[in-house]
Amino acid sequence: MTAVLTVRDLSVRIAGLHILQGVSFDVAPTGVTVLLGRNGVGKTTTLRAILGLTPRGGEVRGEIRMAEQRLTERPTHRLVRDGLGYVPEDRCVFAGLTVAENLRLAERRGVKPAYDRVYELFPELLRRGRQRAGSLSGGQQQMLAIGRVLLSDNRLLLIDEPTKGLAPKVVTEVAEVLERVAVTVPVLLVEQNLAVVRRLASDAVVLAAGRVAWSGDAARLLGEPELTRSLLGVGSHTREVSA
Amino acid sequence: MTDLDVAPAPAATAAPARPHRWAALRPWTPLLALALAAVLPYSTLQLPGVFDGPVNSPGTLHLLAVCLIFGALAAGYDLLFGRTGLLSFGHALYFAAGVYGTDILVTRAGLPLWQAALLALTGGATLAALLGAVALRTAGIAFAMVTLAFAQVGAILVARDFGGLTGGEEGLPLDVAGVPAVFVGVTNTVNLYWLALAYLALVVFVVHRVSASPTGRVLAGIRDDERRIGVLGLDPYRFKLVAFTLSGALAAGGGVIYCLLVGGASPHITSSELTLSLLVMVVLGGPATRWGPVIGGMLYMYLDHRLTAFGSSSTVDALPSVLSGPLSQPLFVLGTVFILAVYFFPGGLAGLTTRLATLRRALSRR
Amino acid sequence: MSTIVLLTLTGLGLAALYFLVASGLSLVFGLADVLNFAHGLFLSVGAYGTWWAAQHLPGAGATGFGFVLAVAFGVVAGAVVAALVELVMIRPLYSRTIEQVLVTVGLSLAGVALLQATWGADPRPFPRPAWTQRVTDVLGAKVPNSGLLLIVAAAAVLAAILLFLRYTRYGLVIRAGVENREMVTALGIDVRKAFTLVFAIGGAAAALAGALGGVYFGSVSPGQGGSLLIFAFIVVVIGGMGSVVGSAYAAVAVGLLQQFVNYYGTSGAGDVCVVALLAIVLLLRPQGIAGKAATA
Repeated sequence: MTAVLTVRDLSVRIAGLHILQGVSFDVAPTGVTVLLGRNGVGKTTTLRAILGLTPRGGEVRGEIRMAEQRLTERPTHRLVRDGLGYVPEDRCVFAGLTVAENLRLAERRGVKPAYDRVYELFPELLRRGRQRAGSLSGGQQQMLAIGRVLLSDNRLLLIDEPTKGLAPKVVTEVAEVLERVAVTVPVLLVEQNLAVVRRLASDAVVLAAGRVAWSGDAARLLGEPELTRSLLGVGSHTREVSA
Repeated sequence: MTDLDVAPAPAATAAPARPHRWAALRPWTPLLALALAAVLPYSTLQLPGVFDGPVNSPGTLHLLAVCLIFGALAAGYDLLFGRTGLLSFGHALYFAAGVYGTDILVTRAGLPLWQAALLALTGGATLAALLGAVALRTAGIAFAMVTLAFAQVGAILVARDFGGLTGGEEGLPLDVAGVPAVFVGVTNTVNLYWLALAYLALVVFVVHRVSASPTGRVLAGIRDDERRIGVLGLDPYRFKLVAFTLSGALAAGGGVIYCLLVGGASPHITSSELTLSLLVMVVLGGPATRWGPVIGGMLYMYLDHRLTAFGSSSTVDALPSVLSGPLSQPLFVLGTVFILAVYFFPGGLAGLTTRLATLRRALSRR
Repeated sequence: MSTIVLLTLTGLGLAALYFLVASGLSLVFGLADVLNFAHGLFLSVGAYGTWWAAQHLPGAGATGFGFVLAVAFGVVAGAVVAALVELVMIRPLYSRTIEQVLVTVGLSLAGVALLQATWGADPRPFPRPAWTQRVTDVLGAKVPNSGLLLIVAAAAVLAAILLFLRYTRYGLVIRAGVENREMVTALGIDVRKAFTLVFAIGGAAAALAGALGGVYFGSVSPGQGGSLLIFAFIVVVIGGMGSVVGSAYAAVAVGLLQQFVNYYGTSGAGDVCVVALLAIVLLLRPQGIAGKAATA
């Protein structure tokens, strides 16, 4: 199978720091590819580099392709319109806008918004349409952030730590939703919660010291406790909360 | 505030050029320039087109002294803008404190000059410390606006003539009775020129020493990334306040000499436009370089003066009115040059010389 | 009593002028992080545009519909100049905040000089319909109609901007962009188009301030924009950058404070009080009355 996204020799330098030093990996055309690694290893930097969101003064080298199309040096909004959906870390919903306005903002030009799909997954968003997004709970904000990208059909979703800071019960809900979403669209997921990873991931890419330390079948990685520990330092950096 | 384009460091280390005949003299260039500037008033050289009279005529020396003072002011302002990354829009206030402080203390209070100068200087420094303490609680653009607002109060106080001290819109001519005779009268312009030169040398020396000191490295760290300084356990606020106060004190010192040079105070020196021109001088010259701001400031004042004359000259009058009108406005020319400099020469004139040096090396290698 | 009414209404007139300048500044800063020193130039373009149109534009004049046409010409000129400034000068320096400020500084210096070169440094008499030079009796106070005109215009502009922000797609983009510009881009929206738009809106509002301010003061001069701009900056900081409603509140507070203190204290004391108010607000609430944090 050909990959939906290929990253080749990606290097990112921000403020003199070499955060990524030649990262290469593929994202499978189906299922969830999970990007793992200890804190500060550059997982978020990778997602943001794919989207062209590296801060000014940062330097990006290497090649990123989605279906034979080069992504680097194209403006972010074009990439997103071409079907690259992004759910950022810390959700980044617009706190001052209502839930309905947050969704309306995410409608893409020339695409009929799939409100049915979003409201079917998250009936809560329909009920709370006139509420300000800033007054939603963390879990509800995450639903909104995911709902936002699901208004349009995407070729790939980039999802950054969707369960961060959520209560265990809500983590389970989010994982359920992502499981359903991943049936129809491939996902590149950054996730620290190994229980969630276990449930969702088909492939895994592990970053360490700015490079890819391991990549392959997610089940194999998680099936070998020694490997998991050496790569991820389970216990010191990674939480395992039931999902 | 931290994404300031700083002129690239001279690439001398990268390409060890052939030892030049004059290389041994290089460290002495500033002193040579200083000595040359000091003996300049003994020259009767005529430079038609550059100066109206011979170099030692009072008119030319007056213009040169103004240029020297503003070169120094720009260097002092660069301590804030180029070296600490603080965009203050209120620097005119501390300069004006020096000018009006001296003028009022001499003319209204009848103090001898040296006392008035000392009080104006400490007053200006104290004002900078107090207002800086408030303004530095904000950062970035808000800091720019707050300093602008504070300076505006100064401008209003001066223009409305509170307490009948400042002379309002008319300005306040200096009462020369309290001023030593060596600084009075057209024939003594040369003494004021030397005073201005000494002031410039002092400011360049102070700014250079401060930026080479550990404090200066902290200031540069604040400019590049303030958080990093915080992580080191240092309080950026204190260092910024030191820079702000020192820069304000240097400006007040310049005000004292400017007051003597022009023989009084007029309200236009309190305007925000003066601060804006300081900014233009620094950016044109090259922020965070030793000579860039000085040259930028001197060139700016020279052009400001000469373009006025140039604008009313017959060459410009002969042009079609579409061109002659704008060209007769020095600020139009300088503003336009400034905008172009921001786009095309981010390092200012100082950056230009390193670029030219790179170019020369590239050419000579062939 | 009539003094208080008069001071209140003239204070509100001043507030209206501040608001018209500050609303655009605030939106431009909130969305694009540009501290626009050239905003005073847009005001001058509006004033001179109206002044020029009243004499030269066919159908325009100093009275009746001709005056409306002249003002409309000035406002359109302000909006066009502002949009051009954004497209040609600000956009190439995208997200380089300091350079953008420097360019607007250069533009404000060169622009005022250009106006001076073209129409001279001295104030020019401004075309004014006769009714704006009369006064209206409000609760015993004789209030100049030109002041009332300013208040009505500013209220209309406030309402129009709020409706635009609330009910249009671009309004939504602008409100979201003020909160988190990057995330707007990450939803597939070209936020730079919104930049041009807020510049145009701000330019139009400032140009209207220039035209109606010309009526209020009776004359137009190249430096007018600059002096108003400083108080508009203060209004923006007090109101919270990016908040139009905050700007409106702050403009009213600043206008009234200035007018009352200048009347009951010495002339100029009101201006000083305004800066004191700014210092107090910044020390207590660095983010202003409303809107996002004022620290960049």
